[in-house]
Amino acid sequence: MGALLDVSGLNKVYEGSGRRVEAVRDLTFTVESGELVCLVGPSGCGKTTLLKCVGGLLAPTAGQVTLSGRPVSGPPPGMAFVFQEYGRSLFPWMRVGDNVELPLKQKGLSKSRRGELVDDALRSVGLADAAGAYPWQLSGGMQQRVAIARALAYEPEILLMDEPFAAVDAQTRADLEDLVRGLWRERGITILFVTHDIDEAVYLGERVLVLSGSPTVVRERLRIDLPAERDQLHTRVAPRFAELRTHVYEQIQAAKRGTPAPEPSDRIVDVEDRPVDKS
Amino acid sequence: MRGTNAVLGATGLAVFLALGEAVPRLGLVKEAYFPPVARIAGALGDELSDDTFWTALGDTLTGWALGLAVAVSAGIVIGVLVSVVPYLREATASTIEFLRPIPSVALIPLAVLLYGSELRSVLLLVVYASFWQVLVQVLYGIQDLDPVADETARSYGLGGWARVRYVLWPTALPYVMTGVRLAAAVALILTVTAELVIGAPGLGARIAIAQNSQAVPEMYALIVVTGLLGLVINVGARTVERRALAWHQSVRGEVTV
Repeated sequence: MGALLDVSGLNKVYEGSGRRVEAVRDLTFTVESGELVCLVGPSGCGKTTLLKCVGGLLAPTAGQVTLSGRPVSGPPPGMAFVFQEYGRSLFPWMRVGDNVELPLKQKGLSKSRRGELVDDALRSVGLADAAGAYPWQLSGGMQQRVAIARALAYEPEILLMDEPFAAVDAQTRADLEDLVRGLWRERGITILFVTHDIDEAVYLGERVLVLSGSPTVVRERLRIDLPAERDQLHTRVAPRFAELRTHVYEQIQAAKRGTPAPEPSDRIVDVEDRPVDKS
Repeated sequence: MRGTNAVLGATGLAVFLALGEAVPRLGLVKEAYFPPVARIAGALGDELSDDTFWTALGDTLTGWALGLAVAVSAGIVIGVLVSVVPYLREATASTIEFLRPIPSVALIPLAVLLYGSELRSVLLLVVYASFWQVLVQVLYGIQDLDPVADETARSYGLGGWARVRYVLWPTALPYVMTGVRLAAAVALILTVTAELVIGAPGLGARIAIAQNSQAVPEMYALIVVTGLLGLVINVGARTVERRALAWHQSVRGEVTV
């Protein structure tokens, strides 16, 4: 059985006004069903380009993306997208409930089924009462919750999140991270989460793919062997968390300098445990 | 603050009317050409009790409403098509820029040749003048489409028609509303102009008749009516705009979160 999402040899070159920019050089990775994978890389490393190619919003120059064995040529029905710019991604002319419902109408679901999905999704992000409000009447964090609810209600095979918490304050961000982690564990959804924040990637992910600087390749694949039960207070001060984040940090710093990766990039790396942590 | 403004506005109007009464009475201007306000008001009263006045008003409003309706529908449909179909906008841009500045009144001879002094002449001029107002705003409005909103719609599988209906149209709506408001004012100007110059039945023709028959106060009374009509149309258009755009930044104001 193949992976749910299979990205192989993805390459994206922007051409225009005499300039040729190779944003993504050669990306190959897979996401298994039910996984939470974080992609982390230095800023400007083509993360958004990569995610748009995966989501079928941009056509790759070379390479292939397949979702459940079907090649992606446009936005596939089994994919939901959460954008960084929640304020622009939610439609200000629609109430929160209608924003969440709109994609379901396009799916041709019955009115009662749509109602159930909308209620359920809003409840699970803690906004059961907000259906009648307009997005702009909510705070930034709440707006991003609405965007997450819209993605959940869509019942996607995979949820793509493009730096979703980059524009909210630190406390809201911690809450939203726990929300995503909680939803992932409760619902068993598959998530591909792109971020530039190393701590966030290590805290959230089961696996972290470290990207190189542009033109982008996968620099390292890292298994995050933190316990499944994570919380902001204890996980972030655990010695293992510190080791993993230091490791990722070093990789990103090396990526910025352009040093080649120490390990072949097609192998999953386990960071050495220090004996003291095993107790 | 609102109350103060209303009082100031009413005072200003009262002073204006008082001057309109006093200046002709004092002999500063010729009473034959500038009758005092009271006589204009009297003439207006006579008009209001005259059936033919109401017929003329009805004719003017018919020309205005029909012309506006045609111009707005055509402007919206063509604007959306030109924006959505690839390359069409580039291909039509120069033609639009050439046709748009042609003053509608320059088409009066053509209208007379084609339709004489019928309603259709009025409609030709009204539609030509107001169509561009709507079209240009629709084109601007659709250009304002937020790429993130569009990508969101695409990523959730919204097809072409759904994107026009749920994303493109609401994005363009504030511009469309401005276009309709401008078109409504222009349409009234052109309706009265056409009636005045071509002699198509309506308030404009009635003004011309009043002038020809030296009925100066009646002429002023009719001018006042056209002014009031313009005022009502503008207030109405703004009300519709506020209702339709309650969600838009310009109407909703600052929201405290």
